[in-house]
Amino acid sequence: MHAVVDYLPSILSGALLTLELALLSLFMALVLGLTGAAAKLSKIAPARWTATLYTTVMRGVPDLVMMLLVFYGGQILVNEVGDRLGWDYVEIDPFVAGFVTIGVIFGAYFTETFRGAFQSVPAGQLEAGAAYGLSRWQVFARILFPQMLRFALPGVGNNWLVLLKSTAIVSMIGLSDMTWLADQAGRSTREPFLFYMVVCVLYLLMTAVSGVVLDWLTRRYNVGVRASVL
Amino acid sequence: MSKLAFFAAALLAVSVNVQAKDWSTIRMATEGAYPPFNEVGSDGALRGLDVDIGNALCAELKAKCVWVKQEWDGMIPALISRKFDTIIASMSVTEERKKKVDFTDKYYSSPLALIAKSGSPLRPALESLKGKRVGVQRGTVSDNYATKFWDGKGVTVVRYAKQDEAYLDLGSGRMDAAFVDFWEAHGGFLSKPDGKSYSVLGDKVFGKTAEERAVIGDGIGIAVRKKDQDLKAALNKALAAIRANGTYEKITKRYFVDDIYGQ
Amino acid sequence: MDTSVITDNLAQYVSGAWLTLHLVFISCLCGLALAIPLAVLRVSRNHLVSGTVGVYTYFFRGTPMLVQLLLIYYGFAQFQWLQDQWQAEHPLWLLFREPYFCALLAFALNTCAYTTEIIAGSMRNVPHGEIEAARAMGMSYPTLLRRIVLPSALRRAIPAYSNEIILMLQGSSIASAVTLVDITGAARNVYSVHFAPFEAFVFAGLIYLVLTFALVGAFRLAERHWLAHLQPRKSAAAPVPSA
Repeated sequence: MHAVVDYLPSILSGALLTLELALLSLFMALVLGLTGAAAKLSKIAPARWTATLYTTVMRGVPDLVMMLLVFYGGQILVNEVGDRLGWDYVEIDPFVAGFVTIGVIFGAYFTETFRGAFQSVPAGQLEAGAAYGLSRWQVFARILFPQMLRFALPGVGNNWLVLLKSTAIVSMIGLSDMTWLADQAGRSTREPFLFYMVVCVLYLLMTAVSGVVLDWLTRRYNVGVRASVL
Repeated sequence: MSKLAFFAAALLAVSVNVQAKDWSTIRMATEGAYPPFNEVGSDGALRGLDVDIGNALCAELKAKCVWVKQEWDGMIPALISRKFDTIIASMSVTEERKKKVDFTDKYYSSPLALIAKSGSPLRPALESLKGKRVGVQRGTVSDNYATKFWDGKGVTVVRYAKQDEAYLDLGSGRMDAAFVDFWEAHGGFLSKPDGKSYSVLGDKVFGKTAEERAVIGDGIGIAVRKKDQDLKAALNKALAAIRANGTYEKITKRYFVDDIYGQ
Repeated sequence: MDTSVITDNLAQYVSGAWLTLHLVFISCLCGLALAIPLAVLRVSRNHLVSGTVGVYTYFFRGTPMLVQLLLIYYGFAQFQWLQDQWQAEHPLWLLFREPYFCALLAFALNTCAYTTEIIAGSMRNVPHGEIEAARAMGMSYPTLLRRIVLPSALRRAIPAYSNEIILMLQGSSIASAVTLVDITGAARNVYSVHFAPFEAFVFAGLIYLVLTFALVGAFRLAERHWLAHLQPRKSAAAPVPSA
């Protein structure tokens, strides 16, 4: 047990890093997802094509491969652009590579979630809004968007859980997240089983807390909606 | 106005570049998974002989050391793409690597060695290793040597991202042997409790032919970018200084009883 | 782009792709075979039974597959007992010495957990009337499962399951963490020799894309075959607009 006590503070700080990475990625994925959904539902054909290309490619390439490409290749690209523009050195560290990759990949999944949710809002409600004399922006902000969130919530929750677990991959490009630190501790103390179990427990804790938050959100956004009884 | 802004920006960019060149801060990279040379401690900080030497060099140069942890796989490309300024991660100086980067003088030297259960008949030779599984760290000189002289000739060479993973698999019996830098094996495995029933089998491998010696390389040095000749010169001077004033010996004695510098 | 980096190492990529394919195929097959009985237990009214299966699926769906793989490969090997079995060349435990088997086991247990929940969810959604009708016909529980619930539930699970297999294909890229040279492993080897990240990883990404497309196509055919009865009816009179 002694070894775990020794390493626990550093692994917990790694857990914090994992959480930070996951939340930043989530934010980026949500922004990309909303943009992607807007593009997919837009009347401009090139926007639709671009969004379709984006979701197809991102869902067909593993996150690890993408991350290796961004981390090792991205730096070369950034340097070349930077040298031309006379910037000082801009670093792509494992954290940046990790959150960009996870954000961009899950942006594709969120695009599909939001597209479906936007389409689930009954058209009659939008028409009713227009009939009441609301502007297009008011219809979007007061009717379409809040209702869309309700339909999107289960998908968003599911994607979040998958995203959270994807963060473990970032340890493979050397970010000192909790998986990397536990891996290192396991190798140093020759007790990998114990330390991997610690990581599992920490991930399960995060999953459990996420579950509670998601339940609360679902209840909040479903106020006034009658659950169907089987 | 916009022209003025452009000039100001250009001037700023130039001055930033000049500042970066005076080496008041040196970004040093190491792997953090190669004890006792470099590892991450239970507090999450980098430590080990490489780190101590790097810090001593920075102290000598009155520069600030910023340590960067980098996976072994991408060490050299990361140096070239300026993620950091030096690699001080027990990297052997080989002709192959010198095509991409420059090296300082060596700060220690190590032959290669075959590690297996004590008393096993294995030797670091093709005939002896046929049908056996040998673990190496990917992208190291041990990997290059095993790949060139053993792999595909009846020996199964298994590549690991980290040296310690090869030891875990050697300890559990997945590997028949590990092929590794002698001093690393000595300080990172054989002298530890779980390495006590293992030993170096056969002779240490210094390279018998010119071809073999080319793969093994010529001592272990600090890598810098080819264009940073000033940094290389400064590091060489500092290295000579810490060798002369006893700092080097004090550091190596923390980890090894014997002399690891070589002749 | 230096295409010689790819052409010189094509053999490595091809054998990597082959490894990826059979890892995914065999693990999904085993996972599915195990998931069907587990799903039946999962929907059981006995809380002890469904809860036990629930603990298993919760663990495997709540933790990253990478950690599961490392736990099985490096974690289990730490135990003296297992090492002794290897020394004694016990045929069953010797399997755990092979990285291939460890990856297969981790992948199969992981996909089985997800598939169990997919099928269980699908079983809960079988129209109540169908079950009542079967009961009224005097069917026993096993017959009911075999003739009514499972055929219907499995068909409806196809879309979700096809998604799961595609995620497994992507997820299998972590096999390189335990010394296996799959597509990603080949790319990492090529990268560590040539230091050409674009060539090495873009080509790997392309292989995965092609495999994903092939899978998506195959599943679309499967859906057309087995889910034909759920497709919206096409009107014979009006021509279907193309977009």
